[in-house]
Amino acid sequence: MGVGVSTSYGRSYSDRAFATDYRMPMEFTAAANLDELLDVKAQQPDAQLLAGGTDLMVAVNLAHHRPEQIVSLGRVEELKDVGSARIGAGTTWARLEQCQYTALAQAARTVGSPQIRAAGTIGGNIGTASPAGDGLPWIAAADAEIIVESKERGERIVPWREFFTGVKRTSLASDEVITGVTIPDNLPDAQEFAKVGTRNAMVIATVSCVVMRGDDGFRVALGSVAPTPMRATRAEEMINAESTISDAVLEEFGRIVQDEVQPITDHRSTEAYRRHAAGVLARRLVKRTLQ
Amino acid sequence: MNVTITLNGEARMFDVAGPESLLSVLRNDLDLPGTKDACEQGECGSCTVNMDGEALCSCLVMAVDADGSIVLTVEGLSSEGELHAVQDAMLKHGAVQCGFCTPGIVVAGSRLLESNPHPTEIEIREALSGNICRCTGYGAILRAFEDLAAEES
Ligand SMILES: Cc1cc2nc3c(=O)[nH]c(=O)nc-3n(C[C@H](O)[C@H](O)[C@H](O)COP(=O)(O)OP(=O)(O)OC[C@H]3O[C@@H](n4cnc5c(N)ncnc54)[C@H](O)[C@@H]3O)c2cc1C
Ligand code: FES
Ligand code: FES
Repeated sequence: MGVGVSTSYGRSYSDRAFATDYRMPMEFTAAANLDELLDVKAQQPDAQLLAGGTDLMVAVNLAHHRPEQIVSLGRVEELKDVGSARIGAGTTWARLEQCQYTALAQAARTVGSPQIRAAGTIGGNIGTASPAGDGLPWIAAADAEIIVESKERGERIVPWREFFTGVKRTSLASDEVITGVTIPDNLPDAQEFAKVGTRNAMVIATVSCVVMRGDDGFRVALGSVAPTPMRATRAEEMINAESTISDAVLEEFGRIVQDEVQPITDHRSTEAYRRHAAGVLARRLVKRTLQ
Repeated sequence: MNVTITLNGEARMFDVAGPESLLSVLRNDLDLPGTKDACEQGECGSCTVNMDGEALCSCLVMAVDADGSIVLTVEGLSSEGELHAVQDAMLKHGAVQCGFCTPGIVVAGSRLLESNPHPTEIEIREALSGNICRCTGYGAILRAFEDLAAEES
């Protein structure tokens, strides 16, 4: 995922024919802490950030992506914390599997493989902003905000709807770094994540969904069915107006979800299948939050 | 860019100019071809190394970013001609056919046993879920690790 390149399997840059690419020198800085990271980003706004590398290195290996400047944030300990008010951008999926937010932990468990989860971070998932990013539906359901920071303008808290602007597009400015995600107060305990893919392990979502059930009713967020993560607002309104969740209500709810999503057909699935699966997943997760 | 890592217990230095992976440096510059190169996209696990105690895909580690880390490859697992317990068990159970996946499985599996000496079958399956084997059907590999998991430590 992430880079959307077609790959010729097994082609290796270790073939000496490609070796010349590497003679182009690259500038590399390993930031020791957040201050240094922001300093370097202010001086080198074109530098690309490197976290776990699980998206970036695929682009290097298979798309011949040749960054000229790299700033690694792997040593910035300040970004690796899961606190009560924020999740640091440098938190790995392996760490998030253990976190107290049920649906986020469930999502983390489905990312890639143990090797990918040990390296990949939520900040990288947000930075890539793929429609299939498994961390993104939770952010949308929680109505969390993205915390970004630059040397010049300090911290900026961006609502997720303003942060994700399109397929792999965000409103992050070039001198900014994603430092984390806010954790809103009073998140519902009843929250569930699921995704549909072609198999169980190592799969990029065809459709992903988070449902939360709290005092304000149900919240329904979906991934892989629009250019950005989205909330199924009409379906939420419909189900939250009902006093009992009967089978007929669920049926109607699923139909609205199917209607509301805006999927496309691509190499992973078709529009029709994604619509169908979105309705089924959302219905199923509503039921799970009621159990 | 000069990079120093502790590789299989020894300090090793290398020089890289670009964003090449640790995998390519291990195989092409440091003469350690035990770590296999198959997909270069994190999908197969054949390039798995133990880096600072984690099993990672070395194809996704930018070599220059490994500076200062402790890396263990399959070559570093056996000592003085003695096979690692995981290697022994794999042999005993015939868990190797073409052998291309084997170094990655041995490294990922030895990392599992370090953190969890008596894993359940499910834990073994999960720990190896990032390592693809196209030959064995996994049965013999699983039996090798179940054997190890049952051993008294
Ligand atoms: C085999 C494989 C399987 C995968 N499976 C899944 C999956 O199931 N679900 C899923 O969602 N993803 C999956 N991915 C994609 C990837 O692992 C995730 O998106 C991961 O979260 C990326 O994080 P990273 O730290 O590795 O990012 P990197 O590759 O280091 O960075 C990704 C992008 O984000 C930018 N970036 C990183 N950190 C920051 C920051 N703090 N501020 C600003 N920009 C930043 C980088 O510059 C880069 O453009 C998979 C990848 C592979 C190789
Ligand atoms: S070569 Fe690294 S995972 Fe396949
Ligand atoms: S033994 Fe051939 S791929 Fe595993």
